[in-house]
Amino acid sequence: MARVGRRGRVVGAVLAAVLGVSLAGCSSTGGKRAEERAAQAAGGKAAVHTPRWTFAMVTHSGDGDTFWDIVQNGAQQAAVKDNINFVYAHDKEAQRQSQLVQSYIDQKVDGLIVSLAKPDAMKDVVRKAEKAGIPVITVNSGAAESKAFGALTHIGQDETVAGEAVGEELTKRGKKKALCVLHEQGNVGHEQRCDGAAKTFKGELQKLYVDGTNMPDVQASIESKLQADPAIDAVVTLGAPFAPTAVQAKEQAGSKAEIDTFDLNAQVANGLKDGSLGFAVDQQPYLQGYQAVDLLWLYKYNSDVLGGGKPVLTGPQVITKKDAAALQEYTKRGTR
Amino acid sequence: MSAADAPARQPAPTGGPGDERLVHRSLARRLMSRPELGSVVGAIAVFLFFSLIAEPFLRPASLSTVLYASSTIGIMAVPVALLMIGGEFDLSAGVMVVSSALVSSMFSYQMTANTWVGVGVSLLVTLAIGAFNGVLLTRTKLPSFVITLGTFFMLTGLNLGFTKLISGTVSTKSIADMEGFDSARALFASHLTIGGVDIQITIVWWLALVAVATWVLLRTRAGNWIFAVGGNADAARAVGVPVTRTKIGLYMGVAFCAWISGQHLLFSFDAIQSGDGVGNEFLYIIAAAVGGCLMTGGFGSAIGAAVGALIFGMASKGIVYAQWNPDWYKFFLGVMLLLATLLNAWVRKRAEDKS
Repeated sequence: MARVGRRGRVVGAVLAAVLGVSLAGCSSTGGKRAEERAAQAAGGKAAVHTPRWTFAMVTHSGDGDTFWDIVQNGAQQAAVKDNINFVYAHDKEAQRQSQLVQSYIDQKVDGLIVSLAKPDAMKDVVRKAEKAGIPVITVNSGAAESKAFGALTHIGQDETVAGEAVGEELTKRGKKKALCVLHEQGNVGHEQRCDGAAKTFKGELQKLYVDGTNMPDVQASIESKLQADPAIDAVVTLGAPFAPTAVQAKEQAGSKAEIDTFDLNAQVANGLKDGSLGFAVDQQPYLQGYQAVDLLWLYKYNSDVLGGGKPVLTGPQVITKKDAAALQEYTKRGTR
Repeated sequence: MSAADAPARQPAPTGGPGDERLVHRSLARRLMSRPELGSVVGAIAVFLFFSLIAEPFLRPASLSTVLYASSTIGIMAVPVALLMIGGEFDLSAGVMVVSSALVSSMFSYQMTANTWVGVGVSLLVTLAIGAFNGVLLTRTKLPSFVITLGTFFMLTGLNLGFTKLISGTVSTKSIADMEGFDSARALFASHLTIGGVDIQITIVWWLALVAVATWVLLRTRAGNWIFAVGGNADAARAVGVPVTRTKIGLYMGVAFCAWISGQHLLFSFDAIQSGDGVGNEFLYIIAAAVGGCLMTGGFGSAIGAAVGALIFGMASKGIVYAQWNPDWYKFFLGVMLLLATLLNAWVRKRAEDKS
């Protein structure tokens, strides 16, 4: 008994110490307080009086993916404005993604938004939705298949076109030898980006596969590649979280290469501003979510269809140092 | 490195004093029966292979990169090896690293506290997760595979759920501008320059952990307990080994190292992706297994796990230095690991035959 008492007192003392330190150990810089002081993105009320339709979005996102988080933010904000009940589900396995779509068809939702990263697995279920009278809009990937499957419109970035934009920008910057860092082996979109860049880039472009869920490994891999080949003067990462890591790898390897990236987040905006990053190619994921919900609403309300059967492109937008300052606050609130 | 002198540190078994042959043979036998012997030979083979095939591999800067890659696995492979010697697995180890980083980042940010406070809170939370694993295991008597698989899923969900709930996005906010960040970074994610070569501090952490773990295993009563518990838990209990306490301690050891790795992740990369870490638990187990730890428990060493991590680090980065076609990267990696492990097993078998 005495022992338990003593242990209890020790635990109590530790907790008290932690609380005491956390009260005393405040940071006067950064943190939540700084965020609260900054302006917040506008929330708001519905701007229309149409019935409260339910739109479902099913993507091939993995757990905790920054990119899809922004897409979702866009969709949610459009849903608030359009008086839509917005539901979201995701699974990176194509089979389970199609099962999720099926479950929304069973629930008779009023509209569907689907990404077609693995089109063949999604074909049947998208056709089923069309037969059930549920309008479908495809987003992000699947520009080629969207129309054939019976979707209204595709909203997204053509990955090859985005890659080509990178290749052109690299050529414009006088680069000779670039490295394309792929963080997901077997992702078709990633290959298209690198291939697109290789197509328009006047220099030589090499690929490097890294394990995207293991940051120290990403850093060490880029580092070793830069050490192995000092002639590399540009590194292109395919996702925003990997750009700052590439910067560290470059510093460790003592390389002079310029780091560029696809996609955008707060760290990338900072990097562009302070010059540690050259440029970023943004496909504006917020637009993909926002437009998808808004176009479904327009279709239900007014039978409008955008794009005339052709995909509606949300990118690529090349962002450099001069745009970075303006975008910084939007990246912080998770809409760019 | 301490690899060479560790066997000598083992208490000398009683050979007849004065009988030179007996002493000599027992020394050789001791060397031969060390669990890491095979993996050391495997590591030398991988090292020689890449030294010959990849010209930049032998540069000091490259070796430092290889050591960094090895150390990030190695820091976790050490406690995972101890746990495996104790007869258990931990599938939650990879995600726990990210949980630990998330806790300290979000606590510091949300409370606008000095980052050291977050680091401290994270240590308590991570140790609690380890204790949870250990207590649940010893109380329920369920296989560690099931218990830690449950923890793995729960932590994966909590990482994502909490981060989204608290930060509003799936990655944490930057805490680089907060007080205490620089000093914490110095401890967990800085690099030292030794003889013109950059050495990441994780390598120092790694070597220190290997030394401590080796000392515990070979020189302390707790070390004997770990071997006994992994060999035969019931027999161990019968002779008075505190089985429950030993196992809980081992899980908390994993948690402690997950905390170190997590803080490195946070202070090195600043913002943490909540979905990271899944799958890394296998790298730790692989490193321990390649390093000679038996999957069934009761046999293995911390140095072996370190050598296992080194083999993995050399193979995975050596392939990049060799500039092989990246499409085949994972295949080459698998071949390397398999060959190193086969060589390991072969050497050990020969050693056993001889002794």
